[in-house]
Amino acid sequence: MLAELGAVLLGLAVLAVAAGRLGLSPVPFYLLAGLLLGPGGPFELTEIEGFIEVGAEVGVVLLLLMLGLEYSPRDLARGLRTGWLSGIIDLVLNATPGVIAGYVLGFGSLGAAALGGVTYISSSGVIAKLISDLGFTGNRETGTVLTLLVVEDLVMAVYLPLLAAALLGASLGGAFGAVGLVAVVLVVLLRPRRREQRWVQRLFNRSDEAVLLGILGVALAVGALADRLGVSAAVAAFLIGLTLSGEPAERASRLLRPLRDLFAAAFFLFFGLQVDPGALGPVIWAAVALGLLTAATKVVTGWWAARADGVGVWGRRRAAAMLVSRGEFSVVIAELAITAGLDERIGTLSAAYVMALAVVGPLALRAVEVVRRRRTVASA
Amino acid sequence: MAPVDETELPGVGTRFSFETGDGRLLGVIRHHDGRREVFIADRDDPDCVAVSVSLEEGESHILADLLGGTEIAREVTAVAQGVAGLTVDWVEVPGLPAPATIGALQIRSRTGASVVAVLRGSEPYPAPGPDFSLAGGDVVLVVGTASGVREARNLLQGGGS
Repeated sequence: MLAELGAVLLGLAVLAVAAGRLGLSPVPFYLLAGLLLGPGGPFELTEIEGFIEVGAEVGVVLLLLMLGLEYSPRDLARGLRTGWLSGIIDLVLNATPGVIAGYVLGFGSLGAAALGGVTYISSSGVIAKLISDLGFTGNRETGTVLTLLVVEDLVMAVYLPLLAAALLGASLGGAFGAVGLVAVVLVVLLRPRRREQRWVQRLFNRSDEAVLLGILGVALAVGALADRLGVSAAVAAFLIGLTLSGEPAERASRLLRPLRDLFAAAFFLFFGLQVDPGALGPVIWAAVALGLLTAATKVVTGWWAARADGVGVWGRRRAAAMLVSRGEFSVVIAELAITAGLDERIGTLSAAYVMALAVVGPLALRAVEVVRRRRTVASA
Repeated sequence: MAPVDETELPGVGTRFSFETGDGRLLGVIRHHDGRREVFIADRDDPDCVAVSVSLEEGESHILADLLGGTEIAREVTAVAQGVAGLTVDWVEVPGLPAPATIGALQIRSRTGASVVAVLRGSEPYPAPGPDFSLAGGDVVLVVGTASGVREARNLLQGGGS
């Protein structure tokens, strides 16, 4: 078993290095690895599937916990104030194609709602990495893009619990649990901070390993409780992350990052494992069409939002290209849908969709840069 | 002087930029983790960074010094940031009707904050006793809790009411 696990981890490491060389996110490569290692693929995993499955559950909790940690309540409030109009345009333009495609392909209302989430949400992981790799942190359009990502995060805080409740039980209790949890989180977020942060401070006044194990334990325990209530562990972890901010959030994300990278790899791999490569054929054209359409709608969103912020033509092009990337969040939504027993094609379609757009987005941004450099050299 | 443009970068920090006299856009990003990034924008595309340098906390202090930043205020802030729950503030004393001693103002017993030093002109008076007499124009260094320091400021500037 150790041999197989070692081989898989080594393989993933090679993929991560290759992705880094190409300036791409490792996520699509992990998904591809899952496809190749799963049933029906050329190399079938035999011994460590159970381990990967447990790892994937931890991975999705960590992934969403860290996403929640990324922004402070102040960021969220400010994002909502300055970015609401762009946020609405973003939501309408990018969720609608997914929802319509869901109905057309016969996934039912819940499936359509899930697919709308998959096409709506840009990958903050991929985009943050692009911004820092290309040295774009100081660019004017970066503020625009990050504000849009903050608004998307907030939309997820409402959308995910409701979707999860609808998917996992649709019972009255589950729906109440979800709405209650959202309400609690919103109250915590909007309350002036400091006082309730005191117990957090006390919790964090410990050694690194105590904090690491403590926060992981809290996230998993609350996640399990939320699962009971029919809200999904991942969603609960996301909401926990949102409520932490400032120094504790910074420390938690620093400590959790390596763990997140390991278990998130397990999650993407596991998602790929569930997809039958033979089932890709029938949905591949739907995935390509949806990818092209929603790449175009993100381009419109980015262009419009950057122009509204007074950014010049090249900055608008960069913002447009950046937002095209879809990634971890889309996979999480698709995973929720197929775990709940919806049409398996949602998983297959989403895997193909994310693999395509997680590669196309970064490439598009680099292409914009190459063209701009060439133009400015030519004009100089 | 050109106006400084300030933009919030959620999850990253705050971006400041301004246009210099010869038309270049110069900026600083204050990262949440304490790093500072200094950048110059591209000549043809002022929205895009052409060159940027990332500075650790100590390095940005060196740069600030070279640019003529003041040393003492920064060290005091560094001390304040190093200790959670401690606030440090410089309070300028307005013209007082009559010289008042620190003891007579009862700063410590009424606010819990302490006067650690007094700056008169460029002359420092570290650790003044209760019979140190304050005069208008003195700058007083007060240390205490956030609310204590605020009350001490009111006390010193409101003439003791």
